[in-house]
Amino acid sequence: MDDDRLLDTAATWKANGRKVAIATVIETWGSSPRRPGSHLIIDDAGNMVGSVSGGCIEGAVVREALDIMEGAPSKLLEFGVSDEQAWEVGLACGGRVRVFVEAVT
Amino acid sequence: MKLDLLQHLNIVRASGDRCCLVRYVDRDEAILVTDDLAKVPAAIRPSVEKAYREDRSVSVQSEEGAVFVQVFNPPLRLIIVGAVHIAQFLAPMAQLCGYHVTVVDPRGAFATPERFPEIALEVEWPDEALAELKLNRRTAVVALTHDPKLDDPALDQALRSDAFYIAALGSRKNHAARCERLRAEGHDDVTLKRIHGPAGLDIGAVSPPEIAVAILSQITQCLRQPHLRFTP
Repeated sequence: MDDDRLLDTAATWKANGRKVAIATVIETWGSSPRRPGSHLIIDDAGNMVGSVSGGCIEGAVVREALDIMEGAPSKLLEFGVSDEQAWEVGLACGGRVRVFVEAVT
Repeated sequence: MKLDLLQHLNIVRASGDRCCLVRYVDRDEAILVTDDLAKVPAAIRPSVEKAYREDRSVSVQSEEGAVFVQVFNPPLRLIIVGAVHIAQFLAPMAQLCGYHVTVVDPRGAFATPERFPEIALEVEWPDEALAELKLNRRTAVVALTHDPKLDDPALDQALRSDAFYIAALGSRKNHAARCERLRAEGHDDVTLKRIHGPAGLDIGAVSPPEIAVAILSQITQCLRQPHLRFTP
């Protein structure tokens, strides 16, 4: 599914009564696989569509998203090989990426 | 983001108009900018204009903190002239890449929903169909019929538009003959160089799906690396 259509999915899920979070790539450095504007849409059952990386950081983003759709504030996440966290979640491509995660309210 | 803002954004996108979302990341606030850039703070207006032009969403620093400008340009479209075997592979592949695909072929036996499920079909003559489709700089046109009666009028229309990709199937010899015919229609050499002929990157493609891959690769290259557009 292309990224623009993902926003239709987010609106549909929310209108159908699900809790929904949108993760958006807002900045990249180096060889990140997804351009700024790429989305991952997550619901409260852990369903997800789209991507914000080649699959390396989606798990960590979903964990944050579940908190945020339950009422935690929106959050700016940063992943890269230069920090400890990145080794754990594994951005193997060597790039850095900043992802904004927010709830649809 | 509020649901009503998201729905408003989706309605504007569906209408085919460009728009952008300006997000103040630090204070979790977003504004939707449609045609009127006056809504955009003057300090980041140049960034918005550049983002539209380059079709590239971008993070910028402003006096009010970090801002993410997300642009939504009109949808990418692919017009395939010729409801032929290659088109049956190219159409769904292009859809997966995010293109709105229309297949044009006045020969009713070719342009059938059975052969092209979920694809928009036009059975008018290509010049009429392409005039109605209002080609723009987010449109790619590829002629696959091998028949000058169908390919030529489509290419003629495409060359008079801002289409970012124009291509036609056929050997180099046939392409040279095609260019001669189009020159007689009033197109000069610089204009004719816009046509990629034979269509597709030279990757040794043989089967119809492989040729579809070669064509879609070239479309992608022209979209993402427009400075290479005139490289044969």
